[in-house]
Amino acid sequence: MSATTMQSAAVALPPPSGFVKRFMRNRTAMISLIILLLITLVAIFAPYLAPHDPAKSSLRAIMKPPNATYLLGSDDLGRDVLSRLIFASRLSLIASVQAVVIALGLGLPLGLIAGYLGGWVDMVIMRLNDALMSFPALILAVVIVGMVGPSLTNAMTAIGLVYAPRVMRVVRGSTLSVRQEVYINAARATGCSDARIITRHVLPNVTGPLVVQATVLMGQALLAEAGLSFLGLGVQPPEASWGSILGAAFPFMQRSPVPTIAAGLVISITVLCFNLVGDGIRDSVGRMRRAGD
Amino acid sequence: MDQTGSPPGGGDKLLEIRDLVVQFPSPNGLLTVVDHVSLSVGRNDIVCIVGESGSGKSVTMQAAVGLVQPKGGRVSGGSVKFEGQELVGMSSRQLNRIRGDSIGFIFQEPMTSLNPAYTVGDQIAEVVRRHRNVSRRDAWKRAVEVMDRVHIASAATRAGDYPHQFSGGMRQRVMIAMAIACDPKLLIADEPTTALDVTIQARILEVLEELQRESGMSVLFITHDLGVVAEIARSVVVMYGAQVVESAPVDELFRSPRHPYTAGLLEAMPQVALDRGHAPIAIPGVVAQAYAWPQGCRFHPRCTFCKPEVCADAPVPLMPDDHGFVRCARAAELRATLGQAATERSVPVMS
Repeated sequence: MSATTMQSAAVALPPPSGFVKRFMRNRTAMISLIILLLITLVAIFAPYLAPHDPAKSSLRAIMKPPNATYLLGSDDLGRDVLSRLIFASRLSLIASVQAVVIALGLGLPLGLIAGYLGGWVDMVIMRLNDALMSFPALILAVVIVGMVGPSLTNAMTAIGLVYAPRVMRVVRGSTLSVRQEVYINAARATGCSDARIITRHVLPNVTGPLVVQATVLMGQALLAEAGLSFLGLGVQPPEASWGSILGAAFPFMQRSPVPTIAAGLVISITVLCFNLVGDGIRDSVGRMRRAGD
Repeated sequence: MDQTGSPPGGGDKLLEIRDLVVQFPSPNGLLTVVDHVSLSVGRNDIVCIVGESGSGKSVTMQAAVGLVQPKGGRVSGGSVKFEGQELVGMSSRQLNRIRGDSIGFIFQEPMTSLNPAYTVGDQIAEVVRRHRNVSRRDAWKRAVEVMDRVHIASAATRAGDYPHQFSGGMRQRVMIAMAIACDPKLLIADEPTTALDVTIQARILEVLEELQRESGMSVLFITHDLGVVAEIARSVVVMYGAQVVESAPVDELFRSPRHPYTAGLLEAMPQVALDRGHAPIAIPGVVAQAYAWPQGCRFHPRCTFCKPEVCADAPVPLMPDDHGFVRCARAAELRATLGQAATERSVPVMS
C-alpha cells in the first residue's frame, strides 16, 4: 500500500485521470463519444458543410432518389435532404440540451434537498415526484404542449419537466447514501452549515451518477423531441429537426424511402451513442468509486 | 448534589457538562441514551471517557457540540458550558462558529471521515478559511503547516493528494491536522485510534500528546481501551448504561477502583491480568439495551458483588467520595475488597 501511495504521491494528480484512462479503454464508449463529437461539429459548422440551402426548394427536384447533386435525395418539396439533416442537427441537439438542463435544474436541487433533509420535506417532494412519474412521459408532454401550444421550446420544457423526477430520484438516492458518510458529520463538526455541506460535500459526490443520468437523458430527450416533432407538436416549419424531417418524409416512404431511412438512422445512431457513452461513464465511475473506498 | 464528573482541578473549567440528557426516538419509545451525565474538563487537561459500546460516551460528546440533532436525537435536559457559554439551545449558526474553531473534533473512522472529492489540503484549508479571515494562499500554507505538525512527511506535496492516497494512520493524522487547524481550546477525540492497528495507534497517541503539550489545549478522549487511558489520561470518567459510574484521577482509578465495573474492566485488561499472573477475566454478560435498563443499579445483573436487596430496586445516585465520584450502592463496603484486589496494581504501561 505504502509503495503505491508514494508512487501516486509523486504523480500527485487527481483520480479523474484514472477515470479518463478507464473510459478511453472502453472502445464502444470512445467510438460513441467520437461520433457524438462529430455530430456536434457538424451542427456547429452546418453552413459550411451543407451542400445546399436547406430551405430552398426546387420544382425540378421533387422526391428524387440519391444522386450526385442530392446525396440523400430530395424531399416532397424539392429540398436537399442531406442539407436539411445537417441543419436540423442544430435544433435537435439544442432542444435535447434544453430539456436536460431543465430536468437537471429542477431535479438536482429538489433531489439534494429531499435526500439531505429527509423527513416531511422528503415525503412531500417524493409524493409529487411519484405523481409526476406515474404519467407516461411522452403522453404527459403531449398534454402539456396541447395546453400551451406547439412550439419547440414548449415541447422541450415539457420533456424537461417530465424527466425531472428521474434526475431527482437518482440525486436523492445518492444523497441519502452520501448523507450517512462520516465525512458529512465531520464537516458539521468543523462548523459547516447545511447549505455548505450540500453544495460542497454532497454535490461533488453525487455527480458521478448524475452525469450518467444526464447523458442517458440526452438520448431520451432527443428521441422525445423527434417523437413530438414527428407528430407536429415540436418544431414548426420552416424550421426542421430530425424528428420533423422524419415526420415529413414518412408519408412518402413508399415512393422515396431514402429520406425516411436517413432521418431514422441519424436519430437512432445519436440516441444509441448517448446511451453507450452513458454506460461507459457509469462503468468508469463505478470502478473509481470502488478503488477509492 | 454536586456532580462534577472529574475531580476539581484548578476550578477554571473549560468545558462543563451538567446533567446532560440525550434521547432518541425509536419504535420502543423515546430512548434515553445519555442519562444525566455530568463531567468537566479543565484547561490544559486530558480527560478520558471510558465505556463499552453503547454506554453513551460518544453520544454525550456529540450532543455536547450539537451533532446529534441532525441524526434525530434530542437534548432533553442539562447544560453544556464551554468557556462559560451555554451550548445547549444555541443556534446552529452560532455553533458552527465554535465547531472547528475553538472545539476540534476527531472521529473514529479515519477511512471515511474525509471527503473523497477533495484533496486533503483543500479540506484543511477550507476549515481555516471558514473560521479565519485569511486568503486562499494563507489557508493553504496553514494546512501544510498543521500537516507538518502531525508529522506527515513532505506535507507540502502530500497536501495536494486525495484521501484515497493516504493510509489509515495517515488519514487520522490528516483528521487531527484538520481539527487543530484553528488552534482549538478543546479537542474532542472520539475513539481516534480504534480503527487503527496497534503500532499506528501508539504513534497517533504520541502525536496527540505532543500537540497537547505544545499548545496547552485540553483533550477529551473517548475510548473503550484502558491501555490508551493509562497512556494519556490525567483523569477518567467511566460510563456504563448511559450513566457515569465512576470518575477519578487516572492513578487513583487504576490503583483503587471504587466501582465494580471499573474493577472488572481492569481485570479484563491483558496487561493488568498478566502482571498478576492470570488470564484476563471478562465481565460476564452484555450491556443491556437502552430500552431495557435493569431496575436499580444498571450494572447489577453483571456484577459479582451484587446484593439484590441493595442493588436491584432503587436507582443509585452518583456520590462523591475521597478521590472522585462513584455510583455504587455498596461502594463503602466494597472499598477494601476492590482496593485489595488491586494492591499491586499500578498504572500499566502499554508496550
